[in-house]
Amino acid sequence: MKTRTAISKRVRDIPPSGIRRFFDIIASMEGVISLGVGEPDFVTPWHIREAGIYALEKGYTSYTSNYGVLELREELARHIHRHHGLEYDPGCQLLVTVGVSEGVDLALRAILDPGDEVIITDPTYVSYRACVALAGGESVSVPTSVDHEFRVQAEDIEKRITPRTRALLIGYPSNPTGAVLDHEELLRIADVVQRHDLLVISDEVYGRLVYGVEHTCFATLPGMKERTIYLNGFSKAFAMTGWRLGYAAATEEIVEAMMKVHQYTMMCASTMAQMAAIQALREGEPHVQQMVAEYDQRRRVMVKGFNEMGLKCFEPKGAFYAFPSIESTGMTSDEFAERLLLEERVAVIPGSTFGECGEGYVRCCYATSMPEIEEALERMARFARRHQVR
Amino acid sequence: MNDVFRILEQDARKTPEQIATMTGIPVSRVEEAIKKAERDRTILKYKTMLNWDKLGEKQVWALVEVRVVPQRDVGFDAIAERIYRFPEARTVYLVSGAYDLCVLVAGKTMHEVAAFISEKLAPLEGVQGTVTHFLLKTYKEDGEVIDGEEGPRRVPIMP
Repeated sequence: MKTRTAISKRVRDIPPSGIRRFFDIIASMEGVISLGVGEPDFVTPWHIREAGIYALEKGYTSYTSNYGVLELREELARHIHRHHGLEYDPGCQLLVTVGVSEGVDLALRAILDPGDEVIITDPTYVSYRACVALAGGESVSVPTSVDHEFRVQAEDIEKRITPRTRALLIGYPSNPTGAVLDHEELLRIADVVQRHDLLVISDEVYGRLVYGVEHTCFATLPGMKERTIYLNGFSKAFAMTGWRLGYAAATEEIVEAMMKVHQYTMMCASTMAQMAAIQALREGEPHVQQMVAEYDQRRRVMVKGFNEMGLKCFEPKGAFYAFPSIESTGMTSDEFAERLLLEERVAVIPGSTFGECGEGYVRCCYATSMPEIEEALERMARFARRHQVR
Repeated sequence: MNDVFRILEQDARKTPEQIATMTGIPVSRVEEAIKKAERDRTILKYKTMLNWDKLGEKQVWALVEVRVVPQRDVGFDAIAERIYRFPEARTVYLVSGAYDLCVLVAGKTMHEVAAFISEKLAPLEGVQGTVTHFLLKTYKEDGEVIDGEEGPRRVPIMP
Protein backbone atom coordinates (compact mmCIF):
# COMPACT_ATOMS: atom_id res chain seq x y z
CA MET A 1 0.00 0.00 0.00
CA LYS A 2 1.21 3.45 -0.86
CA THR A 3 1.53 5.77 2.11
CA ARG A 4 3.06 8.81 0.44
CA THR A 5 1.50 10.97 -2.20
CA ALA A 6 3.13 10.52 -5.57
CA ILE A 7 3.06 14.21 -6.32
CA SER A 8 5.73 16.72 -5.37
CA LYS A 9 4.91 19.53 -2.99
CA ARG A 10 5.86 22.04 -5.67
CA VAL A 11 3.16 20.75 -8.00
CA ARG A 12 0.61 20.15 -5.24
CA ASP A 13 0.98 23.78 -4.21
CA ILE A 14 -0.17 24.98 -7.63
CA PRO A 15 -3.93 25.50 -7.35
CA PRO A 16 -6.08 23.65 -9.89
CA SER A 17 -7.51 25.71 -12.74
CA GLY A 18 -10.79 27.36 -11.81
CA ILE A 19 -12.20 27.11 -15.30
CA ARG A 20 -11.94 23.35 -15.60
CA ARG A 21 -15.56 22.90 -14.55
CA PHE A 22 -16.80 25.15 -17.35
CA PHE A 23 -15.49 22.58 -19.83
CA ASP A 24 -17.75 19.97 -18.32
CA ILE A 25 -20.80 22.24 -18.40
CA ILE A 26 -20.19 23.23 -22.03
CA ALA A 27 -19.64 19.61 -23.03
CA SER A 28 -23.18 18.83 -21.86
CA MET A 29 -24.82 21.78 -23.66
CA GLU A 30 -25.75 22.67 -27.22
CA GLY A 31 -25.82 26.06 -28.91
CA VAL A 32 -23.20 27.64 -26.70
CA ILE A 33 -21.49 30.75 -28.05
CA SER A 34 -18.04 30.88 -26.57
CA LEU A 35 -16.34 34.17 -25.83
CA GLY A 36 -14.05 32.11 -23.61
CA VAL A 37 -11.52 31.20 -26.25
CA GLY A 38 -7.97 32.48 -26.21
CA GLU A 39 -6.99 32.25 -29.85
CA PRO A 40 -7.80 33.69 -33.27
CA ASP A 41 -10.90 32.43 -35.08
CA PHE A 42 -9.00 32.49 -38.35
CA VAL A 43 -7.43 29.33 -39.69
CA THR A 44 -3.71 29.84 -40.42
CA PRO A 45 -3.48 31.67 -43.79
CA TRP A 46 -3.27 29.16 -46.61
CA HIS A 47 0.16 30.14 -47.92
CA ILE A 48 1.63 29.35 -44.48
CA ARG A 49 -0.20 26.01 -44.23
CA GLU A 50 0.96 25.23 -47.75
CA ALA A 51 4.58 25.91 -46.75
CA GLY A 52 4.14 23.44 -43.86
CA ILE A 53 2.79 20.80 -46.23
CA TYR A 54 5.65 21.45 -48.64
CA ALA A 55 8.15 21.03 -45.79
CA LEU A 56 6.67 17.59 -45.11
CA GLU A 57 6.78 16.69 -48.79
CA LYS A 58 10.44 17.67 -48.95
CA GLY A 59 11.20 15.49 -45.96
CA TYR A 60 11.85 18.12 -43.28
CA THR A 61 11.11 15.65 -40.54
CA SER A 62 14.36 15.55 -38.54
CA TYR A 63 15.61 17.53 -35.55
CA THR A 64 16.84 21.05 -36.14
CA SER A 65 19.59 22.94 -34.33
CA ASN A 66 18.67 23.42 -30.65
CA TYR A 67 18.46 27.12 -31.37
CA GLY A 68 16.07 26.53 -34.27
CA VAL A 69 16.50 26.52 -38.05
CA LEU A 70 19.13 29.16 -38.89
CA GLU A 71 17.11 30.43 -41.85
CA LEU A 72 14.19 31.12 -39.50
CA ARG A 73 16.43 32.88 -36.98
CA GLU A 74 17.85 35.06 -39.74
CA GLU A 75 14.34 35.88 -40.89
CA LEU A 76 13.40 36.66 -37.26
CA ALA A 77 16.37 38.98 -36.85
CA ARG A 78 15.21 40.90 -39.95
CA HIS A 79 11.61 40.89 -38.73
CA ILE A 80 12.53 42.30 -35.31
CA HIS A 81 14.77 44.91 -36.91
CA ARG A 82 12.02 45.94 -39.31
CA HIS A 83 9.41 46.34 -36.59
CA HIS A 84 11.46 47.57 -33.65
CA GLY A 85 14.82 48.68 -35.05
CA LEU A 86 16.63 46.24 -32.75
CA GLU A 87 19.64 44.17 -33.79
CA TYR A 88 19.90 40.60 -32.56
CA ASP A 89 22.55 38.18 -33.79
CA PRO A 90 20.70 35.21 -35.28
CA GLY A 91 23.67 33.01 -34.38
CA CYS A 92 23.54 33.46 -30.60
CA GLN A 93 20.88 35.94 -29.48
CA LEU A 94 17.75 34.25 -30.78
CA LEU A 95 16.13 31.01 -29.71
CA VAL A 96 13.12 29.34 -31.35
CA THR A 97 10.79 27.97 -28.66
CA VAL A 98 7.69 25.81 -28.50
CA GLY A 99 5.29 28.71 -28.19
CA VAL A 100 5.80 31.67 -25.89
CA SER A 101 4.68 29.36 -23.08
CA GLU A 102 7.96 27.50 -23.28
CA GLY A 103 9.78 30.80 -23.64
CA VAL A 104 8.39 32.02 -20.30
CA ASP A 105 9.41 28.78 -18.61
CA LEU A 106 12.93 28.82 -20.10
CA ALA A 107 13.49 32.45 -19.21
CA LEU A 108 12.47 31.90 -15.59
CA ARG A 109 14.49 28.73 -15.20
CA ALA A 110 17.51 30.38 -16.76
CA ILE A 111 17.61 33.34 -14.38
CA LEU A 112 16.06 32.26 -11.05
CA ASP A 113 17.75 30.86 -7.99
CA PRO A 114 15.57 29.32 -5.28
CA GLY A 115 13.62 31.99 -3.43
CA ASP A 116 14.23 34.74 -6.00
CA GLU A 117 11.25 37.00 -6.42
CA VAL A 118 9.56 37.83 -9.70
CA ILE A 119 7.14 40.71 -9.94
CA ILE A 120 4.00 40.01 -11.96
CA THR A 121 0.82 42.02 -12.41
CA ASP A 122 -2.62 41.18 -11.13
CA PRO A 123 -4.68 40.25 -13.12
CA THR A 124 -2.27 38.44 -15.39
CA TYR A 125 -2.03 35.51 -17.76
CA VAL A 126 -2.56 32.32 -15.76
CA SER A 127 0.70 30.56 -16.48
CA TYR A 128 3.08 33.20 -15.10
CA ARG A 129 2.47 32.49 -11.42
CA ALA A 130 2.72 28.72 -11.91
CA CYS A 131 5.87 28.99 -14.05
CA VAL A 132 7.60 31.13 -11.43
CA ALA A 133 6.74 28.55 -8.77
CA LEU A 134 7.94 25.66 -10.96
CA ALA A 135 11.22 27.47 -11.50
CA GLY A 136 11.68 27.71 -7.73
CA GLY A 137 10.90 31.41 -7.49
CA GLU A 138 8.32 33.42 -5.59
CA SER A 139 5.87 35.60 -7.47
CA VAL A 140 4.97 38.98 -6.07
CA SER A 141 1.80 40.53 -7.47
CA VAL A 142 1.36 44.19 -8.29
CA PRO A 143 -2.31 45.08 -8.28
CA THR A 144 -3.71 46.94 -11.26
CA SER A 145 -7.15 48.45 -11.52
CA VAL A 146 -9.62 50.05 -13.84
CA ASP A 147 -8.42 53.49 -12.60
CA HIS A 148 -5.51 53.12 -15.03
CA GLU A 149 -7.40 50.72 -17.27
CA PHE A 150 -5.29 47.88 -15.85
CA ARG A 151 -1.96 49.37 -16.95
CA VAL A 152 0.66 48.58 -14.31
CA GLN A 153 2.23 51.69 -12.77
CA ALA A 154 5.97 52.08 -12.14
CA GLU A 155 5.50 53.32 -8.57
CA ASP A 156 3.39 50.29 -7.68
CA ILE A 157 6.14 48.04 -9.02
CA GLU A 158 8.81 49.90 -7.07
CA LYS A 159 6.93 49.49 -3.79
CA ARG A 160 7.21 45.71 -4.07
CA ILE A 161 10.89 45.46 -4.87
CA THR A 162 12.99 43.70 -2.20
CA PRO A 163 16.64 42.59 -2.15
CA ARG A 164 15.39 39.24 -3.52
CA THR A 165 13.65 40.71 -6.54
CA ARG A 166 15.26 39.33 -9.67
CA ALA A 167 12.92 40.18 -12.49
CA LEU A 168 9.75 41.75 -13.72
CA LEU A 169 7.51 39.51 -15.85
CA ILE A 170 4.97 41.47 -17.89
CA GLY A 171 2.68 40.71 -20.78
CA TYR A 172 1.35 43.74 -22.63
CA PRO A 173 -0.88 43.99 -24.65
CA SER A 174 -2.55 42.12 -21.85
CA ASN A 175 -4.40 38.90 -21.64
CA PRO A 176 -6.96 39.18 -19.97
CA THR A 177 -7.59 42.94 -19.95
CA GLY A 178 -6.59 44.15 -23.43
CA ALA A 179 -4.54 46.92 -21.79
CA VAL A 180 -1.56 48.42 -23.63
CA LEU A 181 1.14 50.37 -21.78
CA ASP A 182 1.90 53.75 -23.27
CA HIS A 183 5.41 54.96 -23.97
CA GLU A 184 5.62 57.33 -20.99
CA GLU A 185 4.56 54.62 -18.57
CA LEU A 186 7.08 52.22 -20.07
CA LEU A 187 9.87 54.78 -19.65
CA ARG A 188 9.02 55.09 -15.95
CA ILE A 189 9.05 51.30 -15.57
CA ALA A 190 12.38 51.10 -17.38
CA ASP A 191 13.77 53.65 -14.96
CA VAL A 192 12.72 51.51 -11.97
CA VAL A 193 14.24 48.44 -13.63
CA GLN A 194 17.51 50.27 -14.17
CA ARG A 195 17.75 51.67 -10.66
CA HIS A 196 17.06 48.32 -9.01
CA ASP A 197 19.18 46.29 -11.42
CA LEU A 198 16.37 43.97 -12.51
CA LEU A 199 15.77 41.81 -15.55
CA VAL A 200 12.56 42.03 -17.55
CA ILE A 201 10.77 39.14 -19.18
CA SER A 202 8.46 40.78 -21.69
CA ASP A 203 5.82 38.56 -23.27
CA GLU A 204 4.72 40.50 -26.35
CA VAL A 205 2.78 37.79 -28.13
CA TYR A 206 -0.12 40.23 -28.66
CA GLY A 207 2.24 42.99 -29.82
CA ARG A 208 0.87 43.06 -33.36
CA LEU A 209 -2.72 43.28 -32.18
CA VAL A 210 -3.09 46.93 -31.21
CA TYR A 211 -5.79 49.36 -32.28
CA GLY A 212 -5.10 53.02 -32.92
CA VAL A 213 -2.01 52.99 -30.69
CA GLU A 214 1.62 51.95 -31.14
CA HIS A 215 3.03 48.96 -29.36
CA THR A 216 6.42 49.67 -27.83
CA CYS A 217 8.77 46.71 -27.57
CA PHE A 218 10.26 46.82 -24.07
CA ALA A 219 13.78 46.14 -25.32
CA THR A 220 13.73 49.40 -27.33
CA LEU A 221 13.57 51.52 -24.17
CA PRO A 222 16.84 53.23 -23.14
CA GLY A 223 19.21 50.75 -21.51
CA MET A 224 16.69 47.93 -21.65
CA LYS A 225 17.95 45.74 -24.47
CA GLU A 226 20.61 44.19 -22.22
CA ARG A 227 18.09 43.59 -19.45
CA THR A 228 15.16 42.30 -21.46
CA ILE A 229 14.22 38.81 -22.48
CA TYR A 230 11.92 39.60 -25.36
CA LEU A 231 9.39 36.84 -25.99
CA ASN A 232 7.10 36.62 -28.95
CA GLY A 233 5.50 34.01 -31.16
CA PHE A 234 3.44 33.18 -34.18
CA SER A 235 0.21 32.14 -32.47
CA LYS A 236 -1.75 35.38 -32.27
CA ALA A 237 -0.41 37.51 -35.12
CA PHE A 238 -0.38 34.75 -37.74
CA ALA A 239 -3.21 32.61 -36.30
CA MET A 240 -0.82 29.72 -35.68
CA THR A 241 -1.69 28.64 -32.12
CA GLY A 242 -1.65 24.90 -32.82
CA TRP A 243 1.77 25.02 -34.46
CA ARG A 244 3.32 25.85 -31.08
CA LEU A 245 6.01 28.22 -32.15
CA GLY A 246 7.59 31.18 -30.40
CA TYR A 247 10.95 32.84 -30.01
CA ALA A 248 13.13 34.55 -27.47
CA ALA A 249 15.62 37.35 -28.04
CA ALA A 250 18.11 38.43 -25.39
CA THR A 251 21.82 38.73 -24.67
CA GLU A 252 24.03 35.88 -25.77
CA GLU A 253 24.57 34.89 -22.12
CA ILE A 254 20.86 34.56 -21.39
CA VAL A 255 19.96 32.92 -24.70
CA GLU A 256 22.70 30.36 -24.18
CA ALA A 257 21.35 29.58 -20.70
CA MET A 258 17.81 29.25 -22.03
CA MET A 259 19.08 27.06 -24.85
CA LYS A 260 20.75 24.79 -22.29
CA VAL A 261 17.41 24.12 -20.58
CA HIS A 262 15.65 23.88 -23.94
CA GLN A 263 18.11 21.33 -25.36
CA TYR A 264 17.65 18.97 -22.41
CA THR A 265 13.90 19.32 -22.09
CA MET A 266 12.65 19.97 -25.62
CA MET A 267 15.55 19.47 -28.07
CA CYS A 268 14.01 21.76 -30.65
CA ALA A 269 10.73 23.14 -31.87
CA SER A 270 8.77 21.22 -34.53
CA THR A 271 10.68 21.27 -37.80
CA MET A 272 7.76 21.66 -40.20
CA ALA A 273 6.30 24.41 -38.02
CA GLN A 274 9.59 26.27 -38.28
CA MET A 275 9.57 25.93 -42.06
CA ALA A 276 6.01 27.29 -42.19
CA ALA A 277 7.02 30.16 -39.91
CA ILE A 278 9.68 31.29 -42.39
CA GLN A 279 6.89 31.73 -44.92
CA ALA A 280 4.76 33.57 -42.34
CA LEU A 281 7.51 36.12 -41.75
CA ARG A 282 8.26 36.56 -45.44
CA GLU A 283 4.77 37.00 -46.80
CA GLY A 284 2.31 36.99 -43.91
CA GLU A 285 2.18 40.73 -43.29
CA PRO A 286 -0.90 41.55 -45.41
CA HIS A 287 -2.82 38.81 -43.60
CA VAL A 288 -1.81 40.17 -40.22
CA GLN A 289 -3.07 43.60 -41.18
CA GLN A 290 -6.32 42.20 -42.51
CA MET A 291 -6.95 40.24 -39.31
CA VAL A 292 -6.13 43.26 -37.14
CA ALA A 293 -8.61 45.37 -39.13
CA GLU A 294 -11.33 42.77 -38.52
CA TYR A 295 -10.58 42.45 -34.81
CA ASP A 296 -10.77 46.21 -34.51
CA GLN A 297 -14.32 46.27 -35.93
CA ARG A 298 -15.45 43.49 -33.62
CA ARG A 299 -13.78 45.17 -30.65
CA ARG A 300 -15.80 48.34 -31.18
CA VAL A 301 -19.05 46.40 -31.49
CA MET A 302 -18.38 44.42 -28.32
CA VAL A 303 -17.29 47.33 -26.15
CA LYS A 304 -20.25 49.45 -27.22
CA GLY A 305 -22.59 46.53 -26.58
CA PHE A 306 -21.32 46.03 -23.02
CA ASN A 307 -21.55 49.69 -22.14
CA GLU A 308 -25.10 49.89 -23.51
CA MET A 309 -26.24 46.93 -21.38
CA GLY A 310 -24.80 48.49 -18.23
CA LEU A 311 -21.65 46.35 -18.02
CA LYS A 312 -19.13 49.15 -17.85
CA CYS A 313 -16.23 48.46 -20.16
CA PHE A 314 -13.13 50.58 -20.77
CA GLU A 315 -11.72 50.61 -24.27
CA PRO A 316 -9.14 47.83 -24.62
CA LYS A 317 -6.39 48.95 -27.01
CA GLY A 318 -4.78 45.59 -27.67
CA ALA A 319 -5.00 41.78 -27.82
CA PHE A 320 -8.53 40.48 -28.54
CA TYR A 321 -10.18 40.70 -25.17
CA ALA A 322 -12.71 43.02 -23.61
CA PHE A 323 -12.83 43.11 -19.82
CA PRO A 324 -16.21 44.49 -18.74
CA SER A 325 -17.15 45.10 -15.12
CA ILE A 326 -20.04 42.99 -13.89
CA GLU A 327 -20.40 44.96 -10.68
CA SER A 328 -23.90 46.11 -11.65
CA THR A 329 -25.20 42.55 -11.33
CA GLY A 330 -23.94 42.15 -7.78
CA MET A 331 -22.48 38.75 -8.64
CA THR A 332 -18.96 37.46 -8.27
CA SER A 333 -17.27 36.92 -11.60
CA ASP A 334 -17.37 33.17 -11.10
CA GLU A 335 -21.08 33.24 -10.35
CA PHE A 336 -21.71 35.53 -13.32
CA ALA A 337 -19.85 33.25 -15.73
CA GLU A 338 -21.62 30.13 -14.52
CA ARG A 339 -25.13 31.61 -14.54
CA LEU A 340 -24.59 33.27 -17.92
CA LEU A 341 -23.54 29.92 -19.34
CA LEU A 342 -26.46 28.04 -17.83
CA GLU A 343 -29.14 30.66 -18.48
CA GLU A 344 -28.06 32.13 -21.82
CA ARG A 345 -25.46 29.71 -23.16
CA VAL A 346 -22.69 32.23 -23.49
CA ALA A 347 -19.27 31.25 -22.18
CA VAL A 348 -16.95 33.89 -20.73
CA ILE A 349 -13.99 33.57 -18.36
CA PRO A 350 -14.31 34.88 -14.79
CA GLY A 351 -11.81 37.68 -14.16
CA SER A 352 -10.83 36.06 -10.86
CA THR A 353 -9.14 33.29 -12.87
CA PHE A 354 -6.41 35.81 -13.63
CA GLY A 355 -5.90 37.06 -10.07
CA GLU A 356 -7.72 38.76 -7.22
CA CYS A 357 -7.83 42.09 -9.01
CA GLY A 358 -9.79 40.45 -11.83
CA GLU A 359 -12.71 39.87 -9.47
CA GLY A 360 -15.74 41.83 -10.61
CA TYR A 361 -14.81 41.47 -14.29
CA VAL A 362 -15.14 38.83 -16.99
CA ARG A 363 -12.89 38.25 -19.98
CA CYS A 364 -14.67 38.18 -23.32
CA CYS A 365 -12.79 37.30 -26.48
CA TYR A 366 -13.82 39.09 -29.66
CA ALA A 367 -11.86 36.74 -31.92
CA THR A 368 -15.26 35.35 -32.85
CA SER A 369 -17.34 35.94 -35.96
CA MET A 370 -19.44 39.10 -36.06
CA PRO A 371 -22.80 37.26 -36.18
CA GLU A 372 -21.76 35.29 -33.09
CA ILE A 373 -20.67 38.42 -31.27
CA GLU A 374 -23.97 40.10 -32.09
CA GLU A 375 -25.95 37.09 -30.89
CA ALA A 376 -23.83 36.79 -27.72
CA LEU A 377 -24.39 40.48 -26.97
CA GLU A 378 -28.15 40.05 -27.32
CA ARG A 379 -28.13 37.14 -24.91
CA MET A 380 -25.92 38.96 -22.45
CA ALA A 381 -28.09 42.09 -22.58
CA ARG A 382 -31.10 39.94 -21.69
CA PHE A 383 -29.11 38.42 -18.82
CA ALA A 384 -27.93 41.81 -17.58
CA ARG A 385 -31.49 43.22 -17.65
CA ARG A 386 -32.69 40.31 -15.53
CA HIS A 387 -29.95 40.64 -12.97
CA GLN A 388 -29.28 44.35 -12.76
CA VAL A 389 -29.24 45.39 -9.09
CA ARG A 390 -28.39 49.03 -9.64
CA MET B 1 -13.92 55.97 -45.51
CA ASN B 2 -13.10 52.98 -47.73
CA ASP B 3 -13.63 50.80 -44.64
CA VAL B 4 -17.33 51.62 -44.90
CA PHE B 5 -17.45 50.13 -48.37
CA ARG B 6 -15.29 47.15 -47.45
CA ILE B 7 -17.82 46.28 -44.76
CA LEU B 8 -20.74 46.71 -47.18
CA GLU B 9 -18.97 44.62 -49.79
CA GLN B 10 -18.82 41.78 -47.27
CA ASP B 11 -22.35 42.24 -45.97
CA ALA B 12 -24.71 44.64 -47.75
CA ARG B 13 -27.25 44.33 -44.93
CA LYS B 14 -25.08 46.12 -42.37
CA THR B 15 -26.89 49.27 -41.29
CA PRO B 16 -25.19 52.68 -41.15
CA GLU B 17 -25.43 52.47 -37.34
CA GLN B 18 -23.61 49.15 -37.28
CA ILE B 19 -20.97 50.40 -39.69
CA ALA B 20 -20.51 53.51 -37.57
CA THR B 21 -19.86 51.33 -34.49
CA MET B 22 -17.47 49.08 -36.37
CA THR B 23 -15.39 51.90 -37.82
CA GLY B 24 -15.74 54.64 -35.24
CA ILE B 25 -16.94 57.03 -37.98
CA PRO B 26 -20.01 59.12 -37.00
CA VAL B 27 -23.24 57.65 -38.35
CA SER B 28 -24.17 60.83 -40.23
CA ARG B 29 -20.93 60.67 -42.21
CA VAL B 30 -21.44 56.98 -42.97
CA GLU B 31 -24.95 57.70 -44.28
CA GLU B 32 -23.69 60.59 -46.35
CA ALA B 33 -20.90 58.51 -47.89
CA ILE B 34 -23.29 55.70 -48.79
CA LYS B 35 -25.84 58.08 -50.35
CA LYS B 36 -23.17 59.75 -52.41
CA ALA B 37 -21.80 56.39 -53.55
CA GLU B 38 -25.28 55.24 -54.56
CA ARG B 39 -25.80 58.41 -56.58
CA ASP B 40 -22.50 58.31 -58.45
CA ARG B 41 -22.68 54.55 -59.07
CA THR B 42 -19.71 53.75 -56.83
CA ILE B 43 -22.22 51.37 -55.30
CA LEU B 44 -23.68 49.71 -58.39
CA LYS B 45 -26.26 47.55 -56.70
CA TYR B 46 -27.08 45.53 -53.57
CA LYS B 47 -27.74 41.89 -54.25
CA THR B 48 -27.65 38.39 -52.80
CA MET B 49 -25.22 35.61 -53.56
CA LEU B 50 -27.13 32.36 -53.96
CA ASN B 51 -26.36 28.69 -54.28
CA TRP B 52 -29.05 27.85 -56.86
CA ASP B 53 -28.24 24.15 -56.70
CA LYS B 54 -29.72 24.09 -53.22
CA LEU B 55 -32.93 25.60 -54.54
CA GLY B 56 -33.19 22.76 -57.02
CA GLU B 57 -32.80 25.08 -59.95
CA LYS B 58 -29.98 24.21 -62.31
CA GLN B 59 -28.12 26.91 -64.15
CA VAL B 60 -25.79 26.28 -67.02
CA TRP B 61 -22.81 28.54 -67.42
CA ALA B 62 -20.29 28.79 -70.23
CA LEU B 63 -17.09 30.75 -70.52
CA VAL B 64 -16.79 31.85 -74.12
CA GLU B 65 -13.53 33.01 -75.66
CA VAL B 66 -14.33 35.47 -78.43
CA ARG B 67 -11.87 36.66 -81.07
CA VAL B 68 -12.99 39.89 -82.71
CA VAL B 69 -11.74 42.44 -85.22
CA PRO B 70 -11.25 45.80 -83.53
CA GLN B 71 -12.83 48.69 -85.41
CA ARG B 72 -11.40 52.04 -86.32
CA ASP B 73 -11.95 54.76 -83.63
CA VAL B 74 -13.91 52.57 -81.24
CA GLY B 75 -11.51 49.62 -80.86
CA PHE B 76 -13.20 46.79 -79.02
CA ASP B 77 -15.85 48.90 -77.31
CA ALA B 78 -18.48 48.78 -80.06
CA ILE B 79 -18.43 45.03 -80.44
CA ALA B 80 -18.28 44.56 -76.66
CA GLU B 81 -21.39 46.68 -76.36
CA ARG B 82 -23.22 44.66 -79.00
CA ILE B 83 -22.43 41.57 -76.92
CA TYR B 84 -23.16 42.87 -73.43
CA ARG B 85 -26.59 44.15 -74.43
CA PHE B 86 -27.75 40.54 -74.60
CA PRO B 87 -29.03 39.59 -71.12
CA GLU B 88 -27.58 36.09 -71.62
CA ALA B 89 -24.09 37.61 -71.54
CA ARG B 90 -23.74 38.00 -67.80
CA THR B 91 -20.14 39.15 -67.63
CA VAL B 92 -17.97 40.59 -70.39
CA TYR B 93 -14.25 41.26 -70.08
CA LEU B 94 -11.68 42.52 -72.55
CA VAL B 95 -8.61 40.39 -71.95
CA SER B 96 -5.03 40.11 -73.16
CA GLY B 97 -3.74 36.94 -74.78
CA ALA B 98 -4.92 34.53 -77.44
CA TYR B 99 -8.42 35.97 -77.65
CA ASP B 100 -10.03 39.33 -77.01
CA LEU B 101 -13.31 39.11 -75.15
CA CYS B 102 -14.15 36.72 -72.36
CA VAL B 103 -17.90 36.32 -72.05
CA LEU B 104 -19.70 34.44 -69.29
CA VAL B 105 -23.04 33.19 -70.58
CA ALA B 106 -25.82 31.76 -68.42
CA GLY B 107 -28.93 29.82 -69.37
CA LYS B 108 -31.34 27.19 -68.09
CA THR B 109 -30.08 24.36 -70.31
CA MET B 110 -26.97 23.54 -72.26
CA HIS B 111 -29.08 23.75 -75.39
CA GLU B 112 -30.21 27.27 -74.56
CA VAL B 113 -26.65 28.45 -73.96
CA ALA B 114 -25.36 26.74 -77.12
CA ALA B 115 -28.15 28.27 -79.15
CA PHE B 116 -27.32 31.75 -77.90
CA ILE B 117 -23.67 31.33 -78.80
CA SER B 118 -24.19 29.83 -82.23
CA GLU B 119 -27.17 31.92 -83.26
CA LYS B 120 -26.56 35.29 -81.60
CA LEU B 121 -22.98 35.68 -80.52
CA ALA B 122 -20.88 33.92 -83.16
CA PRO B 123 -22.64 35.43 -86.22
CA LEU B 124 -22.12 39.03 -85.04
CA GLU B 125 -20.24 41.13 -87.53
CA GLY B 126 -16.64 41.47 -86.34
CA VAL B 127 -16.62 38.18 -84.42
CA GLN B 128 -13.95 35.98 -85.96
CA GLY B 129 -14.43 32.90 -83.85
CA THR B 130 -15.49 31.53 -80.49
CA VAL B 131 -14.35 28.73 -78.17
CA THR B 132 -16.92 27.62 -75.60
CA HIS B 133 -16.09 26.07 -72.23
CA PHE B 134 -19.07 24.83 -70.24
CA LEU B 135 -18.52 25.18 -66.50
CA LEU B 136 -18.68 21.80 -64.75
CA LYS B 137 -18.44 22.74 -61.12
CA THR B 138 -18.04 25.93 -59.12
CA TYR B 139 -15.66 25.60 -56.20
CA LYS B 140 -15.26 29.22 -55.25
CA GLU B 141 -16.96 32.35 -56.47
CA ASP B 142 -16.06 35.93 -55.72
CA GLY B 143 -14.11 34.92 -52.64
CA GLU B 144 -16.74 32.53 -51.26
CA VAL B 145 -16.07 28.81 -51.12
CA ILE B 146 -19.34 27.22 -52.28
CA ASP B 147 -19.34 24.28 -49.86
CA GLY B 148 -18.33 26.59 -47.04
CA GLU B 149 -14.89 26.85 -45.55
CA GLU B 150 -13.83 24.84 -42.57
CA GLY B 151 -13.48 27.07 -39.53
CA PRO B 152 -10.90 26.58 -36.84
CA ARG B 153 -11.62 23.75 -34.41
CA ARG B 154 -11.10 25.57 -31.16
CA VAL B 155 -11.30 24.52 -27.54
CA PRO B 156 -14.24 26.57 -26.20
CA ILE B 157 -12.59 27.61 -22.94
CA MET B 158 -8.95 28.58 -22.81
CA PRO B 159 -7.26 31.07 -20.50
